[in-house]
Amino acid sequence: MSDFREVNVEELRHLVSNRAMTGETMLLNMGPQHPSTHGVLRLLLELDGEIIISCIPDIGYLHTGIEKNIEAKTYQKAEVMIDRLDYLNPLGNNLVYCLAVEKLCELDVPPRAEILRVILAELTRINSHLVWLGTSALDLAAMSAFLYTMREREDILDIFEMCSGQRMMTTYIRPGGLWRDVPAEFDSAVRKFIKILPGRIDEYESLLTHNPLFLERTKGIGTISAEDCIKYAIGGPIARASGIDYDLRKARPYSGYDQFNFNVPKRTEGDVYARYIVRVEEMRESIKIIQQAIDKLPAGAVRSNNRKFIPPPRSEIATSMESLIHHFKLWTEGFSAPKGSVYVGVESPRGELGIFLESDGGPKPYRCFYRGPSFANLQIMPLLSRGHFVADVVGIIGSIDIVLGDTDR
Amino acid sequence: MLETLKPAVAALQNEFGAEVQEFHGELILIVKPENNVETLYALRDRFDFNLLVAVTAVDYWPAETPRFHVVYLVLSMKENFVVQVRVPLDGNNPSLRTSETVWPSANWYEREVFDMFGIRFDGHSDMRRIIMPYEWEGHPLRKDYPLGYEEVAFTFNAEEINLRKSQPKS
Repeated sequence: MSDFREVNVEELRHLVSNRAMTGETMLLNMGPQHPSTHGVLRLLLELDGEIIISCIPDIGYLHTGIEKNIEAKTYQKAEVMIDRLDYLNPLGNNLVYCLAVEKLCELDVPPRAEILRVILAELTRINSHLVWLGTSALDLAAMSAFLYTMREREDILDIFEMCSGQRMMTTYIRPGGLWRDVPAEFDSAVRKFIKILPGRIDEYESLLTHNPLFLERTKGIGTISAEDCIKYAIGGPIARASGIDYDLRKARPYSGYDQFNFNVPKRTEGDVYARYIVRVEEMRESIKIIQQAIDKLPAGAVRSNNRKFIPPPRSEIATSMESLIHHFKLWTEGFSAPKGSVYVGVESPRGELGIFLESDGGPKPYRCFYRGPSFANLQIMPLLSRGHFVADVVGIIGSIDIVLGDTDR
Repeated sequence: MLETLKPAVAALQNEFGAEVQEFHGELILIVKPENNVETLYALRDRFDFNLLVAVTAVDYWPAETPRFHVVYLVLSMKENFVVQVRVPLDGNNPSLRTSETVWPSANWYEREVFDMFGIRFDGHSDMRRIIMPYEWEGHPLRKDYPLGYEEVAFTFNAEEINLRKSQPKS
């Protein structure tokens, strides 16, 4: 506390221009408590007048040590913390973690659970894009869009609450399937939601897409080329707005995404406006996927029957000694995964979200690395903001859609 | 293993002495620390592995030789396949040549590995801590770093609690 050390500008010497040392340009600190940094991101800007010469992002203000903590928890318990990383995409985080555990243990998932996972993951994608649309428009002074998007997000959170009892940190997707089956009202609630949403998206678009004030702030701002996207490992809507046709749902279909018919929206400009268009189109495509999925939702079990990994239902415990033993062992010791390491990537609303899971043969993960898309995306911040005004930094941060829980872990 | 990857794997085995492992559909290449950058260059330029997904590490303490594995996750967009390139490292003052020259995206990932595991990357343009505060001691994701917790400290017992706190072995 008292031994806090101020960072000397000499330590950042290699990141700023020579003119900063003579005082010709100004170093300006933006954040970590700044309303438009979407959390606790600190940017050190080097300015010539109002033009940005270099930008040094500083992260770590939201570091929670979850990767370290996971090493001390069993596979079932570790999942609860995975929700908290990318807090706008909790079900997507559950999904990638469960896919990694399933790949490690070679667990099967029933078809009903797979389709429900797709519905929930796409609802989460819409949820995340709605929050993004609202907050980034708010940063560009479009207040009303924020209020409208939060209204629709509320409906999605109600659906999550209906399924799992939780609005945000659901831990609903579990290794081998889902925690429990969805309630009877789920079907009608989802159908009602996807019926009203297209009209609501038109409403948002009427506020922003042709709004001259919005176009002025977004067109030609923060451009990135397709080659730079590959070099900097950028995925998701940012890469697709730069003309890279790559979506993990199409490229490496997981959880049965290959059964659905949907397009991957793509633009070539690579600026803030193109990213806006791509994300809005993605919401429409997600609605298509949900519509197809809810129409073909099969009946059946939602959790695998492999009792070495999946706890037995309550009714079995009362009658079967073996079930009682399984239940006891699974909730005290946990299950042991075979020795080895796997990497699984899925398409999160922000890009490639991956889990690298290594097991030493015991009931706890030996190492769990969470590849958050925001970490890679934030790295291009200096590239995007160079030569723009300070006011445009706000729009650029909004357009790369960072979640600080995802970068800092 | 995918049929199309076999020539690449054979070439890496011959040229760099890479050891090949397979596990549940994963392809793992273990290469020597002195060949790390050359292997990545070969993967990028000759075998269409065009994107570095992430760089991370695993600590096998108390084993000392090798204590760490640095893991490069490299994606081929053409084959839609992620390969794990693992580099074993000794525990005594571990260091490795930087892969930032191959893919600029390695910059922050290598800073994170340095921050969390204390593995230095020679030739890296910006070798500072990234997540932990600058004055932090120790490297949290090492296995010999204690998973501690904070006791609630008041003015009357703050010193006593400070003495009890578990400290990383440096």
